[in-house]
Amino acid sequence: MSKHLVTATINGDEVDFTCHADQTLLEVLREDLQMTGTKNGCGSGDCGACTVILNGRPVNACLVLGAELDGAKIETIEGMGKGNELHPLQQKFLDHAALQCGICTPGFLTMAKALLDRNPDPTETEVRFALAGNLCRCTGYDKIVRAVIDAAADMRANQS
Amino acid sequence: MIELKYEAPETVKAAVKLLSAGRGAKVFAGGTDLIVQMKEEMIEPALLVDIKKIGETREIEINKNDIRIGAAVTGAEIGENKKLNAMLPGLVEAVQLIGSDQVQGRATVGGNLCNASPAADSVPAMIAAGAKAVIAGPKGKRTIAVEKLLTGPGKTGLKKGEFAVALVLPRPAKKSGDAYLRFIPRTEMDIAVVGAGIALTLNKDGTCKSARLALGAVAPTAQLVPAASKILVGNKLDDDVLAALADVASAACKPIDDKRGTIDFRTKVAGVLACRAAKIAWERAEKS
Repeated sequence: MSKHLVTATINGDEVDFTCHADQTLLEVLREDLQMTGTKNGCGSGDCGACTVILNGRPVNACLVLGAELDGAKIETIEGMGKGNELHPLQQKFLDHAALQCGICTPGFLTMAKALLDRNPDPTETEVRFALAGNLCRCTGYDKIVRAVIDAAADMRANQS
Repeated sequence: MIELKYEAPETVKAAVKLLSAGRGAKVFAGGTDLIVQMKEEMIEPALLVDIKKIGETREIEINKNDIRIGAAVTGAEIGENKKLNAMLPGLVEAVQLIGSDQVQGRATVGGNLCNASPAADSVPAMIAAGAKAVIAGPKGKRTIAVEKLLTGPGKTGLKKGEFAVALVLPRPAKKSGDAYLRFIPRTEMDIAVVGAGIALTLNKDGTCKSARLALGAVAPTAQLVPAASKILVGNKLDDDVLAALADVASAACKPIDDKRGTIDFRTKVAGVLACRAAKIAWERAEKS
């Protein structure tokens, strides 16, 4: 079986991997690169658990093929904190108890980061729309929305 | 099981060659429908031809007389294009209704068209705006009106070796506006039960100069409603005209009965949405 050789940048590091044509980015991350922070939920782009940032845009890793990623820039949940220091979004998710079982959390954090990268001061409505592609069956969403708004405020305060 | 192959040609010609050779080649653009269909084993392609590396599938060009949108341009890219937002807000809104932000980052206009879902949100808006698809194939390029490319649920008139390279739309004249509305049972992230797209141009005296109404999810394909143009042209949007518009929109429906909506419901709602979309497009035309 022939494999594709792909060189991509993942969380700032150049990574080489090989994959079959039918392997998704999600499978490459979790099974070949042992980066299991990105979660496998529905596998059909409905739940957002596998959200990663691809060339600056949030996407569902289950709907991206590994073979198409030569030269791509990928950001995953593993790259969000710096060493032992949590990203402000991660800290606010803890502060607001914005998670229970945690399966959806990496996807929500990555999606929220993608939102704040583009819009540092989103309204509640903008946060809710941006997170509409991420499903959570535990929290009822409200704590997640509050955590994102709070993190955004902190990040703005720390930048000025 | 056949081993899937993946190719990413950089020219239209190379893509046509790959798509023409052998059986089971599929065009791969955003993948938001294709990969799901593959996982659900609805399709089992032997070759994926990724068209995203071909420059002309990825560009938005606003020319003097027309607008060209590459088939592999994503929803997110369309949403961010200020000129397109100003010229064809209805089309942009329709494209942006497709899926979540994550899906918007990948899903393409060419994919929404060529997957040929009767409920595809962007398609009625494309038809209303007079979009034509530029198709490349073994015999060169051809151009076909979007409503004529669609032949049934999931079916297009694309022949072996052919793929959509771009959409070409006439640049809207002065005093033009468009709009797209859909009915869904929730507020977001759903599939249209009825969709209505309309594009119109007004005369200096405030009457309608030209109009195109297209409906989605009420027939095997998204379709143009030519009778609506006759109702609107030469008139203003008064109550009688709106009532007649609703009647022709409903009369054009040949919907299915399913859990998402009954035949009666879809038929009625098509008329309602046609009128609401017409009012929005009219207001936009007056302001443009």
